[in-house]
Amino acid sequence: MSGGIESTRTKLLGNIYRYTLTGLVTLLIAVPLYVAVTGGFKSLGQLQTMPMGLPFPFEGKQYADILSGAVGSFWVDMGNSLLVAILSVGINLALCASAAFALARIRFRLSGAIYNYFLIGLLFPLAVAILPLYLQLRTIGLVNTYWGVILPQVAFQMPWNLVLLRGFFKSIPRDLEDAVAIDGYGPLGFFYYAVIPLSTPILATVGILALVASWNNFFLPLLVFNDSSKFTLPMGVMDFMGQHGAKWNEILAFLTLAMIPAVVLFVIAQKYIVAGLTSGAVKG
Amino acid sequence: MQGSTTPTAQLRRRQAKFFTLLLLIGPAFVVFTLLIIVPVIQAAEYSLFKWNGLGPLTQFNGLRNFTLLLRDLIFQKALLHNLLIIVFSLLVELPLALLLALIVRRGTFKLAVFFRTFFFLPFVLSEVITGVLWSYIYNPQYGLINSIIHLFAPGSTGIAPLGSPTSVFWAVLVVIIWKYFGLHMTIYIAGLQGIPVELEEAARIDGASNGQVTRLIVLPLLATTIQITIFFSIIGSLQIFDLIWAMGRGDPVNGAETMVTYLYKYGFQRFNMGYGSSVAVAIFVICLAFSVVYQRLLLRGERE
Repeated sequence: MSGGIESTRTKLLGNIYRYTLTGLVTLLIAVPLYVAVTGGFKSLGQLQTMPMGLPFPFEGKQYADILSGAVGSFWVDMGNSLLVAILSVGINLALCASAAFALARIRFRLSGAIYNYFLIGLLFPLAVAILPLYLQLRTIGLVNTYWGVILPQVAFQMPWNLVLLRGFFKSIPRDLEDAVAIDGYGPLGFFYYAVIPLSTPILATVGILALVASWNNFFLPLLVFNDSSKFTLPMGVMDFMGQHGAKWNEILAFLTLAMIPAVVLFVIAQKYIVAGLTSGAVKG
Repeated sequence: MQGSTTPTAQLRRRQAKFFTLLLLIGPAFVVFTLLIIVPVIQAAEYSLFKWNGLGPLTQFNGLRNFTLLLRDLIFQKALLHNLLIIVFSLLVELPLALLLALIVRRGTFKLAVFFRTFFFLPFVLSEVITGVLWSYIYNPQYGLINSIIHLFAPGSTGIAPLGSPTSVFWAVLVVIIWKYFGLHMTIYIAGLQGIPVELEEAARIDGASNGQVTRLIVLPLLATTIQITIFFSIIGSLQIFDLIWAMGRGDPVNGAETMVTYLYKYGFQRFNMGYGSSVAVAIFVICLAFSVVYQRLLLRGERE
């Protein structure tokens, strides 16, 4: 207001800097994605000579072959991913919500110790446990089964889920618990009739984080599955790339199709994903 | 109320509470213990043996696995790569994320909401998809980078960033930053939204410039959030695997090897469970050391 020309000039410079930086970053993200989507519609020759241009002639064959199952096993991989993800999310929510409830609302001597025990899991990466874990799965007979991926996946997501859920359950007012108790319900009744209905936002957050983690997981399926009929999408993408060598137009088509579910989920559930990832970090 | 004072009623109530707790915590406890805690303890045990994972543990090896590991040039290279990823995450990725967060945090800047969503997108794509996408971008025959080079210099021999042991690490590093800066930016935006607008307005009324407001008010209030992203970024850098694996398995000539790709190759692919477990223990100790040192530094910083 006071600076006149001077402040208009700094404002202009500020805007130039902002738009340049954000514009540049936008291009760095958009161009690779654009090239992948359009690359699937190009012939190999076009891919080489005109990477940035629109596909001409437009070849729908690559996408059509993958979607019809003539090339690769997109739908099988997709089905496997869905099955593993749904079971993981369900088991995750059931186990974590009940444990977090007990740790948040029931007073007992070992409560703090057990919570800290779960928190140890935040300290180390999956890789530390992976070799003995594999041997154990082999002993129980879970190698090359869906459960061999689902159960360890659930176990590794547990600590963070407990942190999120326990924090939320603790914030439910004591009065509500008393009111439910007057109606004659114990802790289980309180959990089932009051806590769960009240907790849909946090359950959605935890569920969606578990879903994304399961959908993107690569390390466990790489270890556990040795039969390609069980491959999830990330495994399927690697397998497809291995099988189709230099046919990059087909690989890009497969890649684009594999990308779609995650992008759609992100657009729908962005709010929950961001909340889940930032809540712990911001509150500290 | 009265009934609860008799010993049998008290006992029954305790039993009921015990079974309730068992029902609620038991399943999670068993899964967590069997699939995480037990394997970690087993890894510590196996690391002291020479063992191929079959038959009983008989060839006790003492600390030989660890001395072999620490002397192994490939492991040293892998560790160096992890450390370099930490350095570049802290010096390039986080500052970039912070800069962008400061730009797009308010709706007053046009398109802010779009940028916030769009910059987060690479983080949502799986590591494998990201890795394969960039394998294409870097591909010497069809890839985007080479096609662009050919447009400007027809007939030139292309480059193969993932094909040479000296360039592969740097090529992968670019992708790491590409994929993860959005996560940190999003965390910063959430942290920035917790800072009261009045505080900044008051400072502006007192005549502070934008730079001063950022430096003297916003950044100090964001300190806790920044500390947490630093921690995330260090731990994440130490365990990186998927992205590297999807972009050429840490090769050629171990040019992009990291500790976890090393663990996978030497422990799992060659089924050397004893030696592989010593790698796992080393990763655990390094993660722990970083956490402890980091927390010490923070605590000391707070006391001063």
